[in-house]
Parts: sequence; C-alpha cells; structure tokens
Amino acid sequence: MAFFLNGVHVPHRKNTANSAAVRMDAPNTVTIPMAMHIGRPAIPIVKVGDEVKVGTLIGAQDGFISSPVYSSVSGRVKKISDILLSNGAKAPAVTIESDGLMSDDESLTPPTIASREDLVEAIKKSGVVGLGGAGFPTYVKFSVESEKVDELIINGAECEPYITSDSNTMINRSEDMAYGIELIIKYFDPKRVIIGIESNKKAAIASMKALANTDARISVKVLPSVYPQGGEKVLVYHTTGKAIPMGKLPIDVGCIVCNCTTIAAIGSYAKTGMPLVKKCVTVDGGAVKEPKNVIVPIGTSIKELIEFCGGLTSAPEKVLYGGPMMGIAIPDMDAPVLKNTNAVLALTTKEAKTPEASACIRCGSCLNTCPFGINPAGIAAALTKKDFETVEKLGINLCMECGCCSFVCPAHIPLVQNNKLAKAALREEKTKEDRK
Amino acid sequence: MDTKLHLSASPHIHSGRSTQKIMLDVIIALMPTSIVGTVVFGLRALAVIAICIATCVLSEFLFNLAIKKKQTIGDLSAIVTGLLLALNLPATLPLWQAAVGSFFAIVVVKCIFGGIGKNLVNPAITARVFMLLSFSSATKAAFPVDSVSSATPLGELEAGYSPSLLDLLVGNHGGAIGEVCALALIAGGIYLIGRKVITWHIPVAFVGATFLFMFLFGGFDLYFSTAQILSGGLLIGAIFMATDYVTSPSSPWGKIVFGIGAAFLTVVIRLWASLPEGVSYAILLMNIICPYIDKLTPRKLFGGKKI
Repeated sequence: MAFFLNGVHVPHRKNTANSAAVRMDAPNTVTIPMAMHIGRPAIPIVKVGDEVKVGTLIGAQDGFISSPVYSSVSGRVKKISDILLSNGAKAPAVTIESDGLMSDDESLTPPTIASREDLVEAIKKSGVVGLGGAGFPTYVKFSVESEKVDELIINGAECEPYITSDSNTMINRSEDMAYGIELIIKYFDPKRVIIGIESNKKAAIASMKALANTDARISVKVLPSVYPQGGEKVLVYHTTGKAIPMGKLPIDVGCIVCNCTTIAAIGSYAKTGMPLVKKCVTVDGGAVKEPKNVIVPIGTSIKELIEFCGGLTSAPEKVLYGGPMMGIAIPDMDAPVLKNTNAVLALTTKEAKTPEASACIRCGSCLNTCPFGINPAGIAAALTKKDFETVEKLGINLCMECGCCSFVCPAHIPLVQNNKLAKAALREEKTKEDRK
Repeated sequence: MDTKLHLSASPHIHSGRSTQKIMLDVIIALMPTSIVGTVVFGLRALAVIAICIATCVLSEFLFNLAIKKKQTIGDLSAIVTGLLLALNLPATLPLWQAAVGSFFAIVVVKCIFGGIGKNLVNPAITARVFMLLSFSSATKAAFPVDSVSSATPLGELEAGYSPSLLDLLVGNHGGAIGEVCALALIAGGIYLIGRKVITWHIPVAFVGATFLFMFLFGGFDLYFSTAQILSGGLLIGAIFMATDYVTSPSSPWGKIVFGIGAAFLTVVIRLWASLPEGVSYAILLMNIICPYIDKLTPRKLFGGKKI
C-alpha cells in the first residue's frame, strides 16, 4: 500500500517572489566563520594583516566532512577570533576589512574537468555546501560509485514560508544550473534528473521546464504546496516513488538530492573558477521595512543586511536564519550571513508568538500530521517515564524536525523541541548501554 | 539598534489552533440539537441544559481553586461536558439530579484524575451511566409537549411497534433532550468534520457497523436497522461522545476499531440485554480498552517496519 505523507498547510507569505534580487555593495568589514557547514571547521590559513582578494582561500578544509572557506571581499585581515555560532558552539572566524574595490583573486581559473574524480574535486574546491540550509559538504554526497546513481533530484520545493531565494535561482540562474546538471549527467550518468518544485512557484516552474527541454533525461515534477515538500525523504518519495528505509540515505535507493542553488553554485564555479563567496538571501518578516532578495557577500552582518533593506519598522521579537518552520533564532544582529543562509527574517511579536502550553488533550493531531507517522505526544509521555524502548518504537529516529507537530498542536506543546531532547537522551542511553 | 531578541527552537510560527477553539466548535456543532431539544420539550429542557453547564463550570472552578491549580475553565471543555450530559438526559429530570450528575462528571471523572486530557473515561457518558444507576427518573424518557405517544422509539421497537422514520429524523418522538432529532445531530457532525475537529472514522465506523450488525442479527430487516441507528443515543454517541479525543484512539485504524467495537457492544446490549439502550455502556467499555487499541494500532512509520 502506498504511504501517504501528511504535512501541513503553512501560510506562504512569499512577499519577495516577484522582485528581482538586488546586489549589495561590500560592507566595511565581513566576519567569515570557519564553520558554515556540517563537519569539522576549516582551519584559518591567513594571518592578521594579510592581503586578500575576492576568492582567496582563507580557511583550509580539515578532514573528509569539512569544506574550504574563501574571502568574500578584497582587503586586509583585521582579526581572527572565536565567535559564538548559532548552534551554541564556538569556532574561529576571520574578520576582513574591505578596501571597497572587490577585486578578484587573479590566481582563480576555471577547473579542468575531464573525469568524475575531477568533478568531485572541483565541487570540493568550490566550497559548496548544502545551500538549502543543511550545510552538508556537497562533494561528500558525490563521492559515490557512479553506477549507483539512478536519479539526481534537484530540490526546488522551497516549502518554508517567506523564502524566495531558491525561486530566484531557478528564474535567474538557470544557465548556471544547466551547466551544473550537464556536468553531473556527463560524469555520473544518472538515468533521470528530476527538478521538484512546489505548485505555488509558477515562474520557477516555467523557467525549469525550459531548462528540462534541453535534455530528455531532465524533467520537472510539480509538487503539492504542502509543507514539508522539501524534506529530503519526502522529496525523493514524491519525485521517484522510492521510500528511503529508516536509517538510510538517498544514495541507498540510488538518488542524490541537491538543492537548486547548490547546483547553480557548482555550475558557476566550473564556469568561472570563483568559489562560493556570495549568497542570494531573502530578507523579510513583518519587522523589515522593504523585504527583498539581496545578493550579499558571505560574512556581512545581519544588521547591515537589514539596514540595506530599509532597516526595521519595529523591534523584532525574533531574528532568524532560514524559514519560520525550521530556521534558527539568533541572539544578536552582529551574526554574519553564512554559506547556507537562504533567508534572514525579522519577525514581529504577532508573527512569532509562542502561546503558552497547556495539557495534551490526546487529539492525535501531531501523530496524524507527521509526514512519517511518528507519534510525538506518545514520545513525550514515554520520555518523562524514561521508557526509551517506546521512544524508539514510536519513530523518534525518523524525525527530521520539520515542526509540523508543534505547528498544529492545539495545546501549544513544544513537541518537535521535545523530539530533539528525546533523540539526544536516546543516544546517551545507547552509549551508556554500550559501555556496559 | 539595540533590541533584545527572543531565542527559542523552531518552529517559530503556529497554526493558531487551540483547545479553546476546538471546544467552541463542538459547542457550535451542538447548537442545532440543543435548539430542537428545547423546541420539542419546552423550556424545561433549557433549564436542564443551563443547570448542567453551570454546575460543570462551577465545579471545575472550585476544584481548581481548592487544590491551587491554574484555572482551566477558559478552555471551555467544562461547558462541552455539561452540554453533552444535559443532551443525554430527559427534560423531565429533577434539576437537583442534573446538578449532582454534573458535579460527578467534572469532579469524580475528570478533575480527580488530573483534569483535561487525563481522564480515563468520558465524563458526560460516565455521569450518565452513574445517573441511570442512581436515579430512576433518569431512565424515564420525556415526551414532546404535544405528543400522544407514550414509549420511546427503542421501547416501541422492543415491543414490536414501528415508529415512523420521518419522525425519528425530525425529532417528533420521546427520548433524551439531544436524542430526538437525527438531522440536527448529523448537521453538527458534518460541521465538526468540515472544521477538522473530528475525522469521519469513528462516526462512520460506529453507525455503519451498528446498521450492519442490526441487519445481520435483527432478521435482515432494512427498516429495523435504519430505525435502530436513528433512535436512542446512537447518533449523539457516535458523533459527539465516542469522538472525545481523550478517551478514543488517535490513529485512523484505531478509530475504526473503536467504532466497530462500540457498535458491536451497542447491538449486543440492545438486542439481548434487559436494557433497551446500550450506547452509553458501549462507549464507556470502549473508553476503558482504548489504551490497548492505541497500542495495537500505531500509524505505520515511513520507510520500514523494523527499527
């Protein structure tokens, strides 16, 4: 029997959908963290006082799951110090004072790509990480046996409210995307390339259909506008019909999933040799005066980015990296734009209200809304009793933290937050058992 | 700009649903039935409804006050319990008995177990059963003010008479305040399903299975089976009582099992027990085994059976 993936209808609020991206000039200083990806932080290879240009390597990749970091402006290294990341960890960051010239590093040349290994190496050097928000080093996904790849799935779902930066890529950077896809087809030989887009993005669908006409293997799959279409397992199921088994990755069913902006970044690097140094970011939310898409150097502070958009109309309740369903709240506006920042939202109290929790009425909304059939209320009850067997049985390890359960809960119980706790507690319990 | 930012884990927006809004929807859905009940049985019905609601709300308020718990009457669930209980009682019931039953529903069945969400059985149903056993007047059906009939439809069916199906649909017969008009109950049910407060599973399984069992065990008589589902507390039970979140299963399959189980018990009691009516007992028994149904009918997890 086919599995029906539930989800929720979130408000779309795609206010910036019809505005072209605006380029923002280099700010006076940029602060570029060495940890803008999942894995080990890059190691700073510059010293205070060093001259850098746009695209100069400033952080070297450290180990397999890691990614190199490049300067996004031309100027002089002012400071290298630890900064607090939004996940609570500390990592070094390089602060660069811009000379305002934005001159490119002359040593940059397009990579020579003549084999699959060359392509993977190029993706690695490009500094590209999962730009949908996850920040997983992209080259790692492509470090696979070529015969295993049946489908390349391009994630253009963009199911989070407000965000339109991926739509912007699909509409305005289809040539970069086309080149990225062409290279992957050439060296990985997937049977199909499927671009999945939610039905509410008409212009992006039209642009991608034009791209798909260039190669019989490429197709566009229009997805229902039901959150979370962009979840990796949801997307793979809705584009190919393949259900990824619990605890497995897309590649285990022959798929590689890449965000559309990630693909464009690969294409752009292969064409020009310029690594990932700038991002298109949706700046929106009720507290932002002029919401727009901004192309901005990585490392620009959120404060300057919002000022570029006319500043704030009122004091925001929350400022987020990413969308309101899965985005991360930041403690202060000095935080920089990262490689995987697709949106910066300044939400008003009205938009980001967190109602007080009351007693669970066992309505089952969480269970019946979860795309994967997880039972968050049951997990919450089992966790208080430290019944880890039940916590696991009710599907905790499947949780992608999409937030549907918390979004619909009429008792306003922080269910997905509780799921995160349960996951950590279960892991801890397992290590304890292993030690015995 | 110096602003203090709120930090919390995602998600940062909410659908706006709340327990209070859900309860309000249930109250709205019960309005047609309450109005028809008042029209059929006169102002006495309204008095029973008012007493039940007032006692329920007051009991919960005082209980919370006594144990120094945060007030919960704002969630409107006490009003729903009072209204449902009243609709399951005859309009002729002495008002003090209505008050005792309401107190029992809120304090003994709900608050002592921890309040909303913690009760093991449905407060209104349990209070009704308590009253059926305690007060003889609670078992005596009331009759429409200008009626000539002297038996409830179920009583007539049991005695071999045949009430008209049209009378059953519009409410021209005896019974509890909320039992009489099938159309008003169905309208309420459609409203609740439309507002996504309940799903179709329990009502359809309950009513459908009752019809089927009555047809199979009652002599393959279409009229008899139809009259059975339109009379007594079956529709109010299937639409409003069996669908109580707290005491019914969460998963779609669990709800179907629950509905069929309640239908089976109802049919057994109606056909073979000494009582004419069995819906309350059937739902109460199913409430008790609900945790086991929940355990046996989990939603399937995506991407495999094994962990």
